[in-house]
Order: sequence, then C-alpha cells, then structure tokens
Amino acid sequence: MGVIHVIDRDGERHTLEALEGWRVMEIIRDWNLPLSGACGGACECGTCHVFVSEPWLDKLHPATEEEEGRLDMLPLTRKNSRLACQILYEPELDGLEVTLAPVSG
Amino acid sequence: MSERIETDVVIVGAGPVGLFAVFELGLLDIKAHLVDILPKIGGQCAELYPEKPIYDIPGFPVITGQGLIDNLLRQIEPFKPTFHLGEMVEGLESLGDAEHPRFRITTDAGKVFECKAVIVAAGGGSFQPKKPPIERIDAYENTGVFYAVRKMEAFRDKRILIVGGGDSALDWTLNLQPLAKHLTLLHRRDAFRAAPDSVNKMRALVAAGAMDFELGQVVGLKGPAPTLEAAVVRRDDGSTFEVPCEVLLPFFGLTMKLGPIAEWGLNLHENLIPVDTEKFETSTPGIFAIGDINWYPGKLKLILSGFHEAALAAQKAHRYVYPEKKLLFQYTTSSTSLQKKLGVVPDTRKQPEAV
Repeated sequence: MGVIHVIDRDGERHTLEALEGWRVMEIIRDWNLPLSGACGGACECGTCHVFVSEPWLDKLHPATEEEEGRLDMLPLTRKNSRLACQILYEPELDGLEVTLAPVSG
Repeated sequence: MSERIETDVVIVGAGPVGLFAVFELGLLDIKAHLVDILPKIGGQCAELYPEKPIYDIPGFPVITGQGLIDNLLRQIEPFKPTFHLGEMVEGLESLGDAEHPRFRITTDAGKVFECKAVIVAAGGGSFQPKKPPIERIDAYENTGVFYAVRKMEAFRDKRILIVGGGDSALDWTLNLQPLAKHLTLLHRRDAFRAAPDSVNKMRALVAAGAMDFELGQVVGLKGPAPTLEAAVVRRDDGSTFEVPCEVLLPFFGLTMKLGPIAEWGLNLHENLIPVDTEKFETSTPGIFAIGDINWYPGKLKLILSGFHEAALAAQKAHRYVYPEKKLLFQYTTSSTSLQKKLGVVPDTRKQPEAV
C-alpha cells in the first residue's frame, strides 16, 4: 500500500495511506480532511480542487476537457490545479503530494 | 406594494422532490405554491445535470435530469401549482400554535404568503453566485464587485474587469464592451466553454483593439473600500500585474448555500434539517423537510427517498389543512375520487366549496 501527502489549508502536511483504484478525493475524505466533494465525484461541483506539487504534475493523466471546464468555474486556479475526484490512485502515484485549495464562498 | 397570497402549503424548492410533493398534496386536495431561487423549474436536475443519465429512479432504467423534471411536470399538471421563480424565501414567521399552525413567509421579491404548512424541499440549499475567496472582497460588493448585472447603465463609462470563461462571462463582455470606458476579460486559459460565436466576436474585438483579453486569476483588490481601483492578477508563472478597474464582475457559476433557512430555528444538524421518519416534520410543527436537505438516522440522499418523504409529509399536512376531515387512504388504481382529481375520469360531482 502506498501513501499520498496532503497539505491542508493551515499548511499542515498529512501522510495518508492510499488504496489503488480509489479517487484521491475519496482518500482525502476518508481520512476526514476538510474536502467537500459535494457532487460525489461526478466532476460537477469543483469542491475537491487541489494544487498538485510540481514533480507529480506530469505523472498524472492530463485533465479531460470536462475537468478543464469545471476548473474554469473556480476562482483561484493555478497551473497545477486539478480536481481530486478525477485522479485515480495507482501505485505509480505513491508519494503524490497535493495541497487543498481555498474554498469559494 | 407587497403581494399577499393565501394558500394551503408553501413548498420551498422546485426540484424533483418539491414537484412530487405537489402531486401527493394534490391527491389530498391541498393547494401548493412553490418558490425557487432559480429562474427555472427542476433544481439540481435542471441546473447541474440536465443531460446526465440517472439510473436509480424506480420504473425508469435510465432518464436524464431534465427528462425526469419534464415527466414530473406532466404528472402534477392536474393540480395546477403556482411557481414563483427567481425568488428566495427570506422570512418565516409562525402565527398559529402547535395544533393549528399558520405561517407567514416572505420572499426577497416582496411577496407574502400565508399558509397552514411549509414543506422545505431545498436540496443542497439555494443556488447563489460563487464568490471568489479573495481577501476583503466583501468590502467592495455592490460598489465595485458584482455577481450579476441588473442594470447595464450602472456600468457606463466604467473600467470593467470580467472574469470567467463561460457563457455569462462572454455574453456580458459583448454586452458591456460598447458602453464601458474600457473592458478587460480575464480567464485562466485561452479556451472557453461558451458559444463559439461569442468567442469569435470577443476575439475580433481584441484584434481591433476595442478590449483586452488577459490570462490569469484575480488574487487581490486595491482601492479605499468601498471604492475599487484595481485588481491584482496572478499569471500561471506566479508573477502578478494590476488591471485598473472600478467594476469587477466574477462569473464562476453557482454554488449551493443554505441561506436564510439557517435562521428559522430548526435545530440544524451539520447544515441539514433534522426530521422524524414518520411524517418528516421538523422540530416546528407544520414545517416539514424532505429530500436532500433533511437528516434522520439512515438517511440516503436519493431522489427516490425524497418521493417517499413527500408522500408521508403530505398525509400529516392534511391534518393541518383540514383539521375536521378524516383522511381515507386510497389508491390511484382504484379510487374514482383520486382519478377525478387526476382528470382521468370525468368529474360529475359539484365543485367542492372553498374552505
């Protein structure tokens, strides 16, 4: 079993065990970190917005046009913005680091 | 100048569950008005996923969000519900007592309802424009920062910054550009999810030097609040620049918030309304909560659960609306009286007198 690292909105870094085949959004929620994922992973709400740490960005499957469209609806995106519900954890991502993005009001 | 409406039940929310509540109430001769903040009927089904297939509606192996709403509208047609769209329920005042509840409900459009029961079917809450989490943005709201355009004239001869890449951002760019002193469109990438024709028109304006298009996101606001003078924009590489503007229009779509319901004294449980599982009534007699907005042990946020909850809430609402009448349980398959209400057999009875 691998791990992912999640930096919360207070800057604290958490190391979470990650199961293959789970969405990163589900892993983060399963460990009770504050990530809403309101639409349940349908790429509809944008509430699982994370920033992916630089070395990992190229290792992820590129965002689909649907995900890009959803990111368009978020106010504080950056180059490394992704939706955690669209990242499926696989062993190649062992050690992945993401930062929870600010929540829109 | 407020409009006063007398009815049996006010349903807050015109999503699938609110619509089906009209049906269940209608079978019991209970009249309903529905209020929804969205300008259209259907709630999340119509707003978030009109084209997405739903697979767990009993009797429909697959149906789209909009398809379900269209069917529900046909189903409740005999009961002629009144819709009040684009309005938010703000105030709720209790007038009666636990045995004979009465409520006065006010909307932000100035309408006043008086009713005997309230059914809250507000799903995830009310859809409201998404606010960018930018420091001090509140201080500029309605003076420099607007989430909707009410009167275009208010923006004449102003320097305007529009943010977003969807139809709202593009449409308002094209509409406001002719009367703005200067207009800048800002988006995170050079691709848009908007009508291609609008995008082409915008690009032509940029090419002609009539407006600017920039890549980036607003990260800060400048000016002595409430006067906006400039927005600080961050590019993808982390560098920043300023766009001078008196008006910022962020168009990031809608988000769901509980809104004024939170102030109704319903003993919320993590932003949900606790109810019993016999009649789906809240801690206030006469106020029911059904669908995604309620909470009880074992709650599943499924549309089908909301339908069931609507049926049981209607039974109890009957007691409040017709305290003297005994409620007979009937099936639509066999009851001529129900079938008459549904308009499937001719109604030969005299119209019941108004209560």
